Amino acid sequence: MNPLPSTATAEPDARTAEPALAVEHLSVDVHTASGTVRAVHDVSFSVHKGRTLALLGESGCGKSMTALSIVGLLEPVAEVVGGSVKAGGTDVLTLSRRARRKLAGPVLSIVFQDALAALNPVQPVGRQLGEPFRIHHGLSRREAREKAIELMRIVGIPEPRARARSYPHQFSGGMRQRLLIAMAVALAPDVLLADEPTTALDVTVQAQIMRLLRDLRAERDMAVVLITHDLAVVAEHADDVVIMYAGNVVETGPVREVFAKPRHPYTKGLLDSVPERAEKGKPLPAVGGSPPELSAVPPGCVFQARCPLARERCADERPRLTATGPARAAACHFSEELTSV
Amino acid sequence: MTTFLRKRIVSSAIPLVVVVLGVFILARLTGNPVDLYLPLSATAEQRAAFSAEHGFDQPILVQLWDYLGQVVQLDFGESLRTGQPAAEMVLEAFPATLQLAAVTMLIAIVGAVLIGSLAAYRPNSLADRTSSFLSMTAASIPDFWFAIMGVLVFGVSLGILPTSGVTGGPEVWVLPIATLLIRPFGVLVQVVRGSMVAALSAPYVKVARGKGASEKRVVFGHALRNATMPVLTVAGDLTIGLVNGAVVVETIFGWPGIGKLMIDSILQRDFAVLQAAVLLTAVTIFLLNILIDVCYALLDARVRQAVPA
Amino acid sequence: MTATLERPDGTVAAPKRPPRWWLLLGKDKMAAVAAVVLGLVLLTALAGPLLLGDAATRQDLDASLRPPSFDHGITGLLGTDILGRSVLARLVEAAGTTLSVAMPAVLFSLVVGSAIGMWAGYHGGRRENIAMRVADVILSFPSLLLAVVVLYVFTPSVANIVFILALARIPIYLRTARAEAAELKSRLFVDAARTFGTASWPTIYRHILPIAMPTLLTVATLDFCFVMLSESSLSFLGIGIQPPDVSWGLMVAQGRQFLQTAWWIAVLPGVAIVLTTVSATILAAWVRLATDPAQRWRLTLPTSKRGKRRVTTEVTA
Ligand SMILES: Nc1ncnc2c1ncn2[C@@H]1O[C@H](COP(=O)(O)OP(=O)(O)OP(=O)(O)O)[C@@H](O)[C@H]1O
Ligand code: SF4
Ligand SMILES: [Mg+2]
Repeated sequence: MNPLPSTATAEPDARTAEPALAVEHLSVDVHTASGTVRAVHDVSFSVHKGRTLALLGESGCGKSMTALSIVGLLEPVAEVVGGSVKAGGTDVLTLSRRARRKLAGPVLSIVFQDALAALNPVQPVGRQLGEPFRIHHGLSRREAREKAIELMRIVGIPEPRARARSYPHQFSGGMRQRLLIAMAVALAPDVLLADEPTTALDVTVQAQIMRLLRDLRAERDMAVVLITHDLAVVAEHADDVVIMYAGNVVETGPVREVFAKPRHPYTKGLLDSVPERAEKGKPLPAVGGSPPELSAVPPGCVFQARCPLARERCADERPRLTATGPARAAACHFSEELTSV
Repeated sequence: MTTFLRKRIVSSAIPLVVVVLGVFILARLTGNPVDLYLPLSATAEQRAAFSAEHGFDQPILVQLWDYLGQVVQLDFGESLRTGQPAAEMVLEAFPATLQLAAVTMLIAIVGAVLIGSLAAYRPNSLADRTSSFLSMTAASIPDFWFAIMGVLVFGVSLGILPTSGVTGGPEVWVLPIATLLIRPFGVLVQVVRGSMVAALSAPYVKVARGKGASEKRVVFGHALRNATMPVLTVAGDLTIGLVNGAVVVETIFGWPGIGKLMIDSILQRDFAVLQAAVLLTAVTIFLLNILIDVCYALLDARVRQAVPA
Repeated sequence: MTATLERPDGTVAAPKRPPRWWLLLGKDKMAAVAAVVLGLVLLTALAGPLLLGDAATRQDLDASLRPPSFDHGITGLLGTDILGRSVLARLVEAAGTTLSVAMPAVLFSLVVGSAIGMWAGYHGGRRENIAMRVADVILSFPSLLLAVVVLYVFTPSVANIVFILALARIPIYLRTARAEAAELKSRLFVDAARTFGTASWPTIYRHILPIAMPTLLTVATLDFCFVMLSESSLSFLGIGIQPPDVSWGLMVAQGRQFLQTAWWIAVLPGVAIVLTTVSATILAAWVRLATDPAQRWRLTLPTSKRGKRRVTTEVTA
């Protein structure tokens, strides 16, 4: 289909190398009680090692669905119906279950939002942290335990040796998130997906967790996909951004450029509604109105109902994601009209 | 852990005491045994003498006090019917009930965990729907009717299984166990399935899969243990039901268990035997409850450390 | 201008109604069949006696122990018992008895148990403790023993049987309602209602009951089955419904001695019990799914295709 500019990078060397993760034309259907809806539609992006790509969008726009289809953890109601997910060159969607399991941990890894629910309540955390080593490296229980303690030290858990025997409910929210991150980075994955890793935490802890993620990214040379609805987090921690709306990518490109000169009315609306651009810890500000129900996405532009620039063409024809710069693209018929702003 | 257990012991002891006292009082509400044990022609003096001999002429609280005094000395009185010591009769009947209960629950739990997990693993699959339908049916069949059908088919028509009695080879166990098994099994399959479905869709299972865990590891290492708690609760309740006596099975198959003994004792106003039987089952149930609580605590650190409401 | 622009903001996102329940029921064939069976049983219990008159009690010793056949009109369809009474007519009559025991018992325990449970959960503390201990005691009481005693002291009337069955099941609702209420209490809207000085009952009625209701109703549907089975067990053991009244359990007991000569007397009432209780269980399971938003999707999953797809992935693995 339409040629997509690589969302990665300003640096030339990273651009020539193969991306650690390349998602192309990914579509996901959800079978609901009232019929099948498209939750993710033709989503494409790519990330290189050592860089962070932010998936930004309002609640329900399909960010988690995208992440879960990449790591193969979709609920049975949801189904990937098209596209490819290339990690290190191979399309993981075509792999058998077993082959995919081999990649889960050393290649692709994910951190969830609710760390309390994401940790098994009846196992000591040390055992859970050691599990990747037992699964992929065949270590003994004792060896895995040592690795787990080492990981806990790395992510900043005090007294890791003693705490390895504790259970998840005995940790604070921030500590739990650290544990979850430790588990995800245990095998130094090529790609780390972090699904709103700080939403449940208070602002100071959020900052610590984000710093931890950044340090780990540099140290382990990972590509990070950061899912969030916090503009400030994107501005501060991401290199590139993919902005999603109702299951579709509406704009993508390097964060600095996109935020400085948005080429999509939705992006612009988001940015305009933030009083201080880089105010920390605030959720995504509201653009007037709310996104369409997935079962009632209009035939034309997905954003038309809330778009100040909408006109007749927008109702009839869905805009394609088209290049608006060397590494940028937006899905709007009238994106040039925003350049002057 | 000890605080937790101490609290649970206290709260489980309350029902134990209330049940024993309640049965004592309720039994006496059914009337004076003298009406049953002396002929209609008995004189007023004979009646008074009978009542006095067994203490039935005393106010109920005095009777209770005397009874407790005897129980402390491990004297449980004698049967009005047979004159045998009540403790002896009860201890003869109880093993039969316990054996049935133990074998039944063992089969039910093992079978239900296997089938329920299998069903939960692929919700809505053919295997799941089949096992759901069968387990719901099993849980809904009246045991007395099932037993009669078993007798009709295997005992009468085919003649391959004995229809009553406890003497003989392992075949005497088949129909009683099958009858007892059917409901607990059906119920447990559904409970296992339900809690396994919940556990398998929990975020920590997703995380385990995200670590590349094999399905075996996911099911047995992560989900099953979390799914055990509700199963344990229901299995405990079902076991308690069995310990209280499987009256229907004991009646139909002539199995000399504690349930039939209790019912017979009350119909005959054989209070000493009734009380001894209730005391024994209540203590067993008390111990069973403690055992279940210990299992809870071992399974889940949150239970160990929390102070129960 | 296009319609989309004239549309005010809010309307686009108007929340979609959940699908109507009968549509969901239609999609689950097993549940639909169960609902029909239960409806028929109810209809039979209500209208049957009117149609069959006194056929259930009319004795005809010449017609004793006739096997089921088409030769003796509608009353002879399912055979006769030792006194020559029509088994079909007695089954119909017994349907009424069974329902008139099970439904009031379930309703009574539902109302009393839920009320106490919500009250206990709402107030917490000592009241909650006492209610829970009482529930423990009732649950650990050998209920058959209780039944025998009550039926011995009083008479084994339908009302007493209802009372015993209801009493024995109260703890189930009490525990469920308490758990729901205790959880809901902690949520904001109840706190707000409380700080405005509303009395506890109106708050429970207005804020807790509507949310706890679906769960309680599901429990009740399932419990209907349990109560029916208990009634038939009691009747079978001779401490439930007494002749000349008739219930399915009692019919099985009466037919037991003719097992070898006239199987239909004991077998058919059992079939009636099984059909009804299995239907109730299936419907209860369906209600539980349909009222749980997190589970409802299971009812709509395209099952066969999904099953196949998974199997193939497994094979390639
Ligand atoms: N189990 C499900 N059944 C039906 N619809 C679902 C289900 N899970 C997700 N969806 C729908 O899929 C869409 C995408 O959901 P997703 O979880 O990816 O959103 P999100 O962008 O991650 O939102 P959030 O920021 O709230 O996490 C949502 O509109 C949601 O309604
Ligand atoms: S295509 Fe039209 S409706 Fe969509 S964003 Fe652009 S201007 Fe707005
Ligand atoms: Mg999400």
